Order: sequence, then structure tokens, then C-alpha cells
Amino acid sequence: MTGAAPRPIAITGGRVICPASGIDRVATLFLDGRKVAGIGDAEPPSHAEVIDASGLVVAPGIVDAGVFRAHAAAAQAGGITRVVLMPDQSPPLDEPALVAYADRLGKPGLWVHPLAAATRGLEGRELAEIGLAKEAGAVGVATGRAAIPDARVMQRLLAYARAFALVVVSHAEDAGLTTGAVATEGETATRLGLAAAPAFAEALAIARDCRLAEATGAALHIRQVTTAEGLAALRAAQARGVDVTAGVTPAHLFLNDLSVSGFRSFARLSPPLRSEADRLATIAGVADGSIAILSSGHDPQSQDDKRQPFAEARAGMAGAETLLALGLGLVRDGVIDLPRLVAMLTVNPARRFGLIAGTLQLAAPADVVVFDDAAPWRIEGRAFQGPGNTPFDGLPTAGRVRMTIKGGEVVWRV
Amino acid sequence: MVRPPSLSAGSHPALADGAHPFPHAHLLGIAALKPWEIAFLLDEAEQWVELNRAGAAKHDGRLAGLTQINAFFENSTRTLLSFEIAGKRLGADVVNLGVSGSSVKKGETLLDTATTLNAMRPDVIVIRHGASGAVQLISEKVDCPVLNAGDGRHEHPTQALLDALTIRRRKGRIAGLKVAICGDILHSRVARSNFLLLAGQGAEVRAVAPPTLLPADVEALGVTAFTDMDAGLDGADVVMMLRLQTERMEGAYVPSTREYFRFFGLTEARLAKAASDVLVMHPGPMNRGVEIDGAVADDIARSAVTEQVEMGVAVRMACLDVLTRTRRGLDGWAEAGKARWV
Repeated sequence: MTGAAPRPIAITGGRVICPASGIDRVATLFLDGRKVAGIGDAEPPSHAEVIDASGLVVAPGIVDAGVFRAHAAAAQAGGITRVVLMPDQSPPLDEPALVAYADRLGKPGLWVHPLAAATRGLEGRELAEIGLAKEAGAVGVATGRAAIPDARVMQRLLAYARAFALVVVSHAEDAGLTTGAVATEGETATRLGLAAAPAFAEALAIARDCRLAEATGAALHIRQVTTAEGLAALRAAQARGVDVTAGVTPAHLFLNDLSVSGFRSFARLSPPLRSEADRLATIAGVADGSIAILSSGHDPQSQDDKRQPFAEARAGMAGAETLLALGLGLVRDGVIDLPRLVAMLTVNPARRFGLIAGTLQLAAPADVVVFDDAAPWRIEGRAFQGPGNTPFDGLPTAGRVRMTIKGGEVVWRV
Repeated sequence: MVRPPSLSAGSHPALADGAHPFPHAHLLGIAALKPWEIAFLLDEAEQWVELNRAGAAKHDGRLAGLTQINAFFENSTRTLLSFEIAGKRLGADVVNLGVSGSSVKKGETLLDTATTLNAMRPDVIVIRHGASGAVQLISEKVDCPVLNAGDGRHEHPTQALLDALTIRRRKGRIAGLKVAICGDILHSRVARSNFLLLAGQGAEVRAVAPPTLLPADVEALGVTAFTDMDAGLDGADVVMMLRLQTERMEGAYVPSTREYFRFFGLTEARLAKAASDVLVMHPGPMNRGVEIDGAVADDIARSAVTEQVEMGVAVRMACLDVLTRTRRGLDGWAEAGKARWV
């Protein structure tokens, strides 16, 4: 980072929420250069830029754990100041040099924390150089868009990663059951004639990976848990004391497999959308804390890749710009309170990946989001700062990011 | 036109009550059709059965000057031929685009191909494609009616219509009949379209297959599932056999054609479980000795296989006629073809 330190900022009148330090009250947040200088009720110093946040929420910048593309403009518009980047890049992040490059990709406006590829070429066979990747800046290793088919390889990966204190991020779909599948087995897939895999393919993968994590003592993060059976397997492992955490994206909390009716390829996701019963179970998993990390899964695709027959369209959606608003839906629905939501978006992912971020404690990086938790708007992909393929297109929602501050610099303001 | 007396006012009460018989721009699947719209298409097809049997001059010029493109992105012999003959008998200028002649092989996207076809200003496009939903996708990009000739494992509506016409003519009705559809249901668009059509017309429909070839929640389509062939055939008025692709052995769906024929092949002995006047059907092409015994297929008293092919031309003539009525400016059809399929 070069250049002069930014001018001090005082954000006044907002509801400051910092779950890491247990703060939730109306106060002034002081930023001094690139660090948090304190939270209190004192008058702002005369040389500070004063930002009136009356009626707004002031929280740590969002740490978006597990994105496939690091779009600075899209992230900043979504209140995201750091992303944990999946290794599914072109080429995959299976070389220390590639990891080091990704680590510097978005600075200064968006910090990118890469996950290294767990296996060479993400092919699920040979271990990648994950120790060297850690030295190059990797904050964890990931299996990529798919699970590692061979349990022996997964076991060795977990054992090896543990020695380097790297969390392993896994994709929870049994490889054999999901080969060729583009939907979840059920009435919708049958009516549309889509190749489908049973929902329990997720539970098989979670049960296996949790048992292997238990056997090896490794830290495991299941990026997306989306089914009732998968949650049961997750809770059982957590109850046994396995070091396993889980995440989810808004899509699986607010959409079910009916969204693919009419062959809507914008709703083609990985894992595929589930039944309504599984959707409700996933919300319950958020409510009881089994799922502690909410992320966007930002994985936008080009129009050419999406405007295809459903099975030939690429899976993935643009999620960064709707993450906060959709997450606030959980608060409005009474599933969790606002500080819990902020924790799921900030300190929980930061702690899991060992980042000094996601907090407004003294001397923490000056990464801040200021948002209106009630402002209504309509999601329109065309109006996005980044790519606009979203299955939520046209949905009325509420909650807008008013300002994003990264390292003391205002990078987004409306 | 000549119709059986019972059909003279239309064979569904809703038609007599003034329901529009076909308010659709395209024919993409049976799922979008109301029961009376299906009855209407079958009623319309009757006149073309008569014409096709009338003698040497099988021609009606109502589609004269209209261009029909048959775009088949997946290999087909009989369906392509059937659509070509149907269009020509109605006087359309018919051109065929086969997979080998298409620029799809040169890497062009499906939507670019659709846009190119559209620029030729066709009046109706008939499409077959290997991916479920592909025909709908194309229909959203072109300005003329689109007729689905089979998309992936999703739907094959004209096949279901010709099967229904065959059954209706042989049995005099569809409602109340026990229809067993047997074989590779998982991968079959013919089965899906037939389930929806026949169940919607009041038949008791059975899906008979090894468990590995039955889709999940198939009952939601209004059918009863059987994994025992004899139980599935018990008392059946119609038995419809589906083709088993021999490559299914590779996916561990069934062990061998020999074992498949032993437990799921339609033999004389097994057919004895069905009603004495059972009608045997097959969409073709048949795998003799795999899903159907040759003697059963050739039994002219019970097998309707060749009649299905004949009804196919009549049904496709009816569909081409009805779908082009809006652009031909027929009275009462000005708005019908502007409705969007949902």
C-alpha cells in the first residue's frame, strides 16, 4: 500500500454493531487513517470528515467467504471489503505464484484472500503444494466446485492441511451420485426432464468429510449446507466436537427448486436448488447456529454461458450486490437478530479464516459498511455494478448499502 | 370435412361452451395444454386421416406460400419424414436442417442458430434437440410458431397426440382406459408427454419400469408406478412399450438386454395378463428381442405400431394448420397465436 494515509473519519449518529466486541448502540465510530480509532460519544476532532449516519447501521465491512470472482465494483456496492476467493480460477490456484498474484488482486479497494487449490488442477487426485501456498498468502485450501471423489485423497488432504493449520473448504456433493446431474431429484426435475441427483448426495458428502476431519483433527468448512439431511450430519459432527463450520448463500435460503421451472438457467446453481422442505430446514440451521457463515457465493456467468438450454448453461449467479439485502430478510422474518446477521457476514468468516478483520475493535483495519436496514428497492440485474445474472431479478427487497469504507477510504457511497 | 358423428361438435364440452380451442403461439409441450385443447387437435387430425387415405391426390393447399423449417439437432428418421410429409401435403415449402448440415458443429451457439433461422423469415419451425428446454429457448428468440419435435427427455408432444389419436380411434375413448407405459421412462420424453396427456384425458396410467429407470416422484405426473411388469400389465387396455437405448448398460441402469427382455420384455405370455382386446403400441424404432418380442409387434390384431406412424402424419398436419392460423389471418384466430406459452 502506498500513498498518504486517508483523512480521519467520524461516523456519527448510527447504530454501531460490532459482534466481536459486543457493541450494539448508537455511537460515533472514529477512523484514523487505516485503523479504527475507537467507538464513543466524544465530539469528532475538527480535522475529521464527519459522516452523518443517523438512522443507519454502522458495521464492520463484510467478509464474503467463498466467492469465485473478485469484482471490486460489485463487492463495494454490496458492502463487502474482503473476499475469500475460491481457487476455481483460470488457471486454478494450485501454484504458489498464482496464490500470491490473487492475494494482491484487488488492493487497495477490495482485499482478496485466496484459498489454494487442494489438489493439482482441482482434479481431486494429487495434493497441491499447500504449504508453499500458505507462505504465498493462502488462508485455506478448497476442493473447488466439486467434492474430492476419493475418500483416501480427502483423508490425506485433511491430515496434511492440519499440519499447516489450514482450514479445508469442501463442496458437499457426493461425486458419484451427482455426476451429470443439473437438478435435485423431485417433481420439478421429473417434469422438466432434467438429469437429477438425490438431495441426500449432500448428506453422504458431509458425513464422510466430517468423519475424516474427526479422524485427522483437521479444520473443515463446508461452504454450503442446503438440505435437512446434510444439516443432521453436520449437527451430529459438531456435537461430537469435530472442528467443522458451515456456510450457506441467500439463494438456498430464499429459493426452492420451483425456481428452475420454465428452464430458468439463471436459477441453475451448484448445488442445485432444493425442495421447500430442505429450504425451510436450511433456515432452521441458520436459526440454531449450525450454519454460522453467510456468503454470496458470487459466481456470475456471462450471458452466453447462461442463455443456453438448462443443462448446458453454467451454474452460478451474481451474489455480491444482493447479499446484505437478502440477509436482512432473515432479520425481518425473525430468524435471527441484526447482530447475529452482522456476525455471520463479518467476524464469523474472519475468525474461521484467521483474518484480522470483521471487527471494529481498536486498531482493527478501518473496513466499514454503513447501511439502511429498511430502504426498499427492487433487485434488477441490469442495474448492478458488476454482472447481473441473478435468480432474484425483479424481486422487491429492503436494505441498501449507503457507504463502504476500505482501509479508511470511502470506496462506495450513494 | 368428414368426421365421425360423435365428434361433429367437438369432442369436449368446453369447446361447445365457446372456449378458444388453441390460444397458444407455439406447441412446446403437453404440460401447457388444457384437456379441450388436446381434444381439439385430435378432432382436427381426423380430417387429415381421411385425406391421407383418400387416394392418389393427397393434397390440401392451405399452407401454400408458407415456409416450414425442420431443424433437427438430433438424429431422426421417422419424425423428420413425418413432419416433412405433413407440411408438403398442406402445401408448405418445407426445408430440412439436419445436424450434419448445421453450423452447430462449427461452434455456433443455439441462440445464434435460432436468430439465423429467424432471419430467413420462416412461417413455422419444427425443432428437435437433445437438451431439455432447448426448444423453448429457441421459441423465445424467433417470430414464428415453434413446434417441439422432441427436446431431451422433456417432451415430445406430437408423439403423445398421435398416440392419443390412435387409442381414441381404436378404443373409441381415452377416459377410463388402463394404459401401461413400459420401459426406459427415466430418459423418455415420449413417456412424459403421454403421462400428461393420457392422465389429463382421464385414463388410468401406469409407469412400468425397473426402479433404475423410473424418475423420482413420477406419481406427481398423475401415474402409478410399477416395478413388476406382470402387475403393471394386469388388465391393461393399452400397452405402450418404450425403446431401451443399448448404451444404458454403461450407466449401470440394467445388467444386460437378455435380463431386461426376461423381466421387462413384452412377450405373448406376459401380454396374457392384459385385457383380451389389448392394444400394443411402440413409438419406434423397435428393438426386437430387447423390449418387445417380434411376434407381438407383428400381430396385426393387437399391434397399432404402423397405425401410429400413419396417425403421426395426420396429427402433425393438424398442428401445422392450427399453429399457422393466426398468421394466415383466419377468422377468430387473430389473437390466439400471440399468447405466450407459460
